[in-house]
Amino acid sequence: MSIRNLFKLTFTTIVLMLAGCSGGVLDPKGQVGVDEKNLIILCTILMLIVVIPVIVLTLYFAWKYRASRDFEIYTPKWAHSTKIEALVWSVPVLIIIALGVITWRSTQALDPYAPLEGKGEHLTVEVVSLDWKWLFIYPEQGIATVNELVFPANKPIAFKITSENAMNSFFIPQLGSQIYSMAGMETKLHLIANEPGTFKGISSNYSGAGFSGMKFDAIATPTEADFDDWVQKVKQEDTVLTSGTYKELAEHHPVTYYGDVSDGLFHEILMKYMKDHGSMDFYSKPNNAATGMKKAMPDMHKGHHEEVNE
Amino acid sequence: MSFLGKLSIESVPYHEPIIMVTLAVIAVVGTAIALLITKYKQWGTLWNDWITSVDHKHLGIMYIVLAMVMLLRGFADAIMMRTQLAVATDGAPGYLPPEHYDQIFTAHGVIMIIFMAMPFMIGLMNIVLPLQIGARDVAYPFLNNLSFWLTAGGAILINISLGLGEFAKTGWVAYPPIAGLELSPGVGVDYYIWALQISGLGTLLTAVNFLVTVFKMRAPGMKLMQMPIFTWTCTWANILIAASFPILTAVLAMLTLDRYLDFHFFTNEAGGNSMMYINLFWAWGHPEVYILVLPAFGIFSEVISTFTAKRLFGYTSMVYASGAIAILGFVVWLHHFFTMGSSANVNAFFGIMTMVIAVPTGVKLFNWLFTMYRGRLVLSVPVLWALGFMVTFTIGGMTGVLLAIPGADYVLHNSLFLIAHFHNTIIGGAVFGYLAGFAFWFPKAMGFKLDERTGKAAFWCWQIGFMMAFLPLYVLGFLGMTRRLNHTNNPDWNLWLYIAAVGAFVIALGIFFQLLQLYISFKNKDKLDDTTGDPWNGHTLEWSTASPPQFYNFANIPHIKDIDAWTDTKERGDSYQKPEKYAPIHMPKNTSAGVFMSMSFTVMGFALIWHIWWLAAVGLIAGIGVFIKRCYTSDVDYYVQVDEIEKIEHAHLAANAKGASV
Repeated sequence: MSIRNLFKLTFTTIVLMLAGCSGGVLDPKGQVGVDEKNLIILCTILMLIVVIPVIVLTLYFAWKYRASRDFEIYTPKWAHSTKIEALVWSVPVLIIIALGVITWRSTQALDPYAPLEGKGEHLTVEVVSLDWKWLFIYPEQGIATVNELVFPANKPIAFKITSENAMNSFFIPQLGSQIYSMAGMETKLHLIANEPGTFKGISSNYSGAGFSGMKFDAIATPTEADFDDWVQKVKQEDTVLTSGTYKELAEHHPVTYYGDVSDGLFHEILMKYMKDHGSMDFYSKPNNAATGMKKAMPDMHKGHHEEVNE
Repeated sequence: MSFLGKLSIESVPYHEPIIMVTLAVIAVVGTAIALLITKYKQWGTLWNDWITSVDHKHLGIMYIVLAMVMLLRGFADAIMMRTQLAVATDGAPGYLPPEHYDQIFTAHGVIMIIFMAMPFMIGLMNIVLPLQIGARDVAYPFLNNLSFWLTAGGAILINISLGLGEFAKTGWVAYPPIAGLELSPGVGVDYYIWALQISGLGTLLTAVNFLVTVFKMRAPGMKLMQMPIFTWTCTWANILIAASFPILTAVLAMLTLDRYLDFHFFTNEAGGNSMMYINLFWAWGHPEVYILVLPAFGIFSEVISTFTAKRLFGYTSMVYASGAIAILGFVVWLHHFFTMGSSANVNAFFGIMTMVIAVPTGVKLFNWLFTMYRGRLVLSVPVLWALGFMVTFTIGGMTGVLLAIPGADYVLHNSLFLIAHFHNTIIGGAVFGYLAGFAFWFPKAMGFKLDERTGKAAFWCWQIGFMMAFLPLYVLGFLGMTRRLNHTNNPDWNLWLYIAAVGAFVIALGIFFQLLQLYISFKNKDKLDDTTGDPWNGHTLEWSTASPPQFYNFANIPHIKDIDAWTDTKERGDSYQKPEKYAPIHMPKNTSAGVFMSMSFTVMGFALIWHIWWLAAVGLIAGIGVFIKRCYTSDVDYYVQVDEIEKIEHAHLAANAKGASV
C-alpha cells in the first residue's frame, strides 16, 4: 500500500468516525441523551459566532500587520476607541445572555432528579456502586442483579443511587445524564431508552484500582413483555440477596442474578454509616423501603438533594 | 511504634524496575552535577549568591529552574500515561498496573499545577514585577527567600515519594472517601497533604509579600491605573492567592485530622460528608486556575504591545476584565460537580456565572487583536507563543463554556473532553504564556538572548504536538471515554489514543528543542549578548536597567508619568541620563534562615508522613527556633556606597552610549 493510499484510508476513517461517533454521547439512544446532544450542538454553533472571527482575525492581523509590511498604516499611540470597546464588550455579553437563557431553561428541563414528563409510570431501580461493580435492585420485582441492568425500551426508569463506599458516577453514555453515587447518601436519575439495544454502562468517577473494569451492560428489551419474561427468568434463580450475601459480593463480580432480595436492603445500605449513631426512628428499616422512603426519611437527612423535587 | 515509625526497608519499591531505573538516573545526574560544582569550586557561589539570596531576581531564576525540573518530571508521567493508554487497548493490560498508574496520574496533576505552573508563574513575577514598578526589591526580601524554599520543600517531599513509599492513588483532587484512611491506608495521601501544605504556605506568603510590594513600593508618580499590565494581572492573581489558599490549607488540615486523629469531617461514617471536601477543594481549585492564567494574560499583553511597537489597546478594559475574572472566579466552583445532584436552580446559577467569565476573557482577546491592528508585529518567539495561545485558548474557552452548561456537562463530566478542555486552557493559556514570558524576559534575567531558531522549532513542536495530543481527546470524550482509565476495550477509541500518544512525543520534541535552545544560547552567549538592557525596545521600566539588572535595580528611583514609563522616558529623550548625584542605597543582607526554616519544616512533614513523631517534633522546634533567632537578628541590612553605584551605573550608561553611536 502506497503512502498516499494509507493517508486516504486514515482520512476516510477519521471522517467516518467523526460522522458516526457510534456508541458515544453524540449517538444517543434515549430522549435525555438526544436533548443533551442537541443542546451541545446548538451552544457550540452560538459560540462559534465569536470563536471563528477571533481565530481568523488573529491570523489575519498577524499577517497583515507584520513588521515587513511597512506600507500598512502604523498608529503606535492608538490605544482607545470607545466604539470598538463597546463592540467587544457587547458582542460577548449578547451571546452569553443567549447562552444563559438556554442554560437556565435546559437545566430545568434536564434536571436528572425530575421524573420524565409524559412518559408514563417509571420503573424503579436501586443502584449501588461497590468495589468495583454495580448492584441493581428491582424493589417492585423483588430481584437483584450485578453488572447487568435490564429494562424495557420506551419506559422511563427512576434510579435511586447510592454507594457502598467510594464515590462513583453512574453513567450510560448513550442514554444521557450521569449522577454521582455517594455512600450514605441517595442521589436520583431519570432516564429512558428510545429503542431496544445493549448500551455500555460505566462508572465515570475514579474509585480505585479496579475502576477501569467497573462496567455493565444496560439492556433495553423491545417490549414490556420481554422484560417481564426476563424478570421471571431471574426469579427462577434460587440465589437470595440479603445483608449477608451482600457482604460477600467479591471483586470483579461476573453478571449475577438474584431471584430474591430482602426488603429494604437498599435503605439498609444507605443508612449503614448512621446505624450506630443515634437511635431515632428513621434509622430503622421502613415497612416498604422502595416506596416508603420519603416518609421514612425526614428532610434533614436527605439534605439539598431532595429540596427541589419534593 | 518503632523508632522510624512506618518507615522500613520495605518502603523502597525495589521490585518496580521503572522506579528503580528512574532513581538510578536521578542519582547519576545528581552526582554529576555535584561533581561539576566541586570541580569548578562553585559551592560557595551557590550558597552565597543563590541559596541564601534575598534578591528577587535570583529567587525568580531559582523558581524557574525548579519549574523546569518539575516540568521534566511531570512530563515523564504524561508520556507514561499516553503510552500506557496506547498499548493497553482491546483489553490488553499494558505495562503499568493500576497500583503504579494511579500514582502517576495523581503525581502528574499535582506536579504540573503546584510544582511546575505555580513556580514558573511566581518566578516570572519575582524577576519582573519589582522592576516594572520601579522598586529595589520586594517588601519583605527574607520572606521571599523563605517562600521559595517552602515551595522547594514541598517539591522535595513529592519527589521523595518516588523512592520511599508511594504517592497518592486518588487523582490530583484527592477526594474522600478514597483519600480517607480506610481506602488509602498508605503514605501516599500523606505525602500529598504535606507537600501541598508546605508549598502552599510558601505561595500564600509570596502573595502577601507582592501585594504589599505593589501597594507600598511603587515608584513615585505611578498610580494604580498606571501599573504595567503584567503587574496588574499578577496583583489580581495575588489577591486570589491570599483569598483562596487559606481554604486549601483548611481543607487539607481537616483531611489531616480525619487521617491522623480519627476525626470525621469527610468520612462516610459518623456523619462525615465528602461533599464538603469537594466543595471546599474547588473553592480553592477554581480560583487557582485563574491564579495560573491571569499572569499569563499579562505576559501576552506585554509581549504583543512590545513586539507591535504600540501601546496596549484598552488598558483600562484589560485591568477591569482581569478583576472581573478574578472576582467571578470565586462564584463558579460548583461547576466542577454539577453531577453531584444539586437542584436545577443551583446548577443553572453556577453554570451561568461560569459563562459570564467568558465575557471579560473575550474582551481581552479582542483587545489583543486591536493591539496588533495597525502595528508593526515582529514574529519573534514570544509573539509565536502569543499567537499560538490566542488560537488554542479560544478553542479551550469555547469547550469550557460548553462544559459550564449543566445539560452538556451531564454527559461530558469527567470524560476525556474535560481533560482536553483544561489542558487546552492550562497549556494553551498558562504554559504558553510562561514560555512567551521566558523568551521575552530571559535576556533581562540572564544578560543574553535566547537562540531564535531552536526557539521557533520548540514552539512549532509544542503547538502541533498539543493539537495532536489533545484534539483527539475531545473526540474520545464524545465517544464516551471517561478519565483515569487504566486500560480500554473499545476498538472505536484506538486510533484516537494512538494519535494522542504520537502528539505527546511531538511535545517531547518541543521540550528537547527548548533544552537545546538553552544549551546553544549559553554556548553563544557572547554573540547573543544583550548589552543595552533593552533588546526589544520595551515599554516598561524593567527595560531601563542593565541586563542582568544592577542588584539594587535602580540607582535613582524614576518618576512615573505614563503607563509605558520607559517608552515615555525614551521619547522625552531622558533615557540613560547620568543623574546629578547618587545616594547610598539601603539593601537587605542575604540570610540562611529561610533555607534552614523551610528544611526543618520539610523534615517535619516527612516525619509526619511516616509517623516518626519525635522527628516531627524536632523539625517543628528547629523551624520555629530558626525563626525566633532570625527575629532577634538586627544585622539584616547594609548600604551600597556611592562609589560602587557610580562604577556600575557608569558601565550601563557607557554601554548604551556606545550602542547609540554604532
